Amino acid sequence: MSDDVILKVRDVYRTYDIKGGMFKKASRLTAVKGVSLDVERGSTLAVVGESGCGKSTLARMLTMIDAQTSGTIEIDGLPIDISKTGISKEMRQKVQIVFQNPYGSLNPRQKIGHVLEEPLLLNTDMPAAERRDLALQMLEKVGLQPEHYGRYPHMFSGGQRQRIAIARAIMMKPKLLVLDEPVSALDLSVQAQILNLLADLQEEMNLTYVFISHDLSVVRYIADKVMVMYFGEVVEYGTRDEVFDNPQHDYTKTLFAATPRADVDSIRKRLAARAA
Amino acid sequence: MSLLEIRNLRVEFDTAKGPFRALDGVDYAVDAGEVLAIVGESGSGKSVAMLATMGLLPDSATITADKMEFEGLDLRTLTTKERRKVIGRDISMIFQEPIASLNPCFTVGFQLGETLKTHTELKGRQIKDRVVELLTSVGIPDPSGRLNAFPHQMSGGQCQRVMIAMAIACSPKLLIADEPTTALDVTIQKQILDLLVRLQQDSGMGLIMITHDMGVVAETADRVIVQYKGRKMEEADVLSLFENPQNPYTKALLSALPENATGDRLPTVSDFAEAGGF
Repeated sequence: MSDDVILKVRDVYRTYDIKGGMFKKASRLTAVKGVSLDVERGSTLAVVGESGCGKSTLARMLTMIDAQTSGTIEIDGLPIDISKTGISKEMRQKVQIVFQNPYGSLNPRQKIGHVLEEPLLLNTDMPAAERRDLALQMLEKVGLQPEHYGRYPHMFSGGQRQRIAIARAIMMKPKLLVLDEPVSALDLSVQAQILNLLADLQEEMNLTYVFISHDLSVVRYIADKVMVMYFGEVVEYGTRDEVFDNPQHDYTKTLFAATPRADVDSIRKRLAARAA
Repeated sequence: MSLLEIRNLRVEFDTAKGPFRALDGVDYAVDAGEVLAIVGESGSGKSVAMLATMGLLPDSATITADKMEFEGLDLRTLTTKERRKVIGRDISMIFQEPIASLNPCFTVGFQLGETLKTHTELKGRQIKDRVVELLTSVGIPDPSGRLNAFPHQMSGGQCQRVMIAMAIACSPKLLIADEPTTALDVTIQKQILDLLVRLQQDSGMGLIMITHDMGVVAETADRVIVQYKGRKMEEADVLSLFENPQNPYTKALLSALPENATGDRLPTVSDFAEAGGF
């Protein structure tokens, strides 16, 4: 399995031109600077970094929302460069994305059943009855009930909405799922449920995840490989154990040092320091 | 005597479907120089309790308590005018969204000065000096240059520092921080938490941290109250809470932390709810 690479990214750059104004010169911002990565089928790559480090820009390029300025992206053997070739249905079916805020990514006037059927409607010629069956199956798969089919997004809790967003993303049976901070907006216990669901789905459908997060404890739990980004550059890239046990770059070390520790020894140490 | 003591606090909201009880008979007490953390998931009533204390809840809320005292002053019977003298001076609060808590139309220097103008005798030049002093103490680089900056010209972490400066402007006896670092990056979170704890230790004020993050609790608190659905589940000092949680809900919360994961699956609160019956 180790050489079955599904996502291959080589030296990708993304620059944005910032328009000048009356008092401001036009300038150019490079959000992603020469990122290269490989992800094996069925594994999880976690992308870590603070806001503005380019991790979401990377996600936008992988999901074909945005084009890269230079470099190559290859998903499941299919080269992706939407500025030159546009997007085909085949490309659409390879990748899907789940966003951080599940309420913001669902149309409040669309019933959940239709949310799930829409990708099929747009991308396939499936008859309505079949689409409905698939949507009902999918509801069950992500831990919801068939009676949720006719309900609207506001009738669900945050965790349930994230289940719906995940269900919609896997309707087209994608090979690669990009998860942009999928659990950051959720409570701890709901977060655990969603992480379990993601693990189950990965096993069942042999999905590949690119998991974007700033929460290192979640990353340590879910990732096979970890990539740390800082100001658009990759400063650390390796297997989870390599990165966590032996971080090389200063920024990674800062990041680890800043992560709150919830184990008893650290608390004891802190209390001792406080008493002194 | 505790700095803040609340006994049997109940908060109900009038809704179209009848009264909704957000908080059901919870006791709180904080001493001077103590850091109390209130932990819970959304809907546990952790923010409502402190908003009730501050008198910031809307009219649709009914607040009852057997006792609600700050330094012996009964908060239940205060008029709005009397309350204004206490709130912002002796008790102050910082919120989750630093950029939303500042007025976008005024400079941070002006907004900080406003607090001092309202609550202290300081005038003109003295106010400006004190504002610079405050910005220095919360670690803003080039404080006198930043006086004329608008909130949108500063980063989220810096805005939170300004909010903290505003909250400690009148040397409060009690500071309530409602999810102060939830919207911030981990590295900035660390700086803000360190800043809060340092200020708390230097001034000896009481600090209430409202959070849903067990990591933040572990890093800052002396004592912890765990809430769930408007009820207090457990109250303990921080070490015993993490070492030996008594309540099934606390156990559930702690084992749902990804760093405590032992098997393939994370245990969830609902797994415990069936066994523990809460």
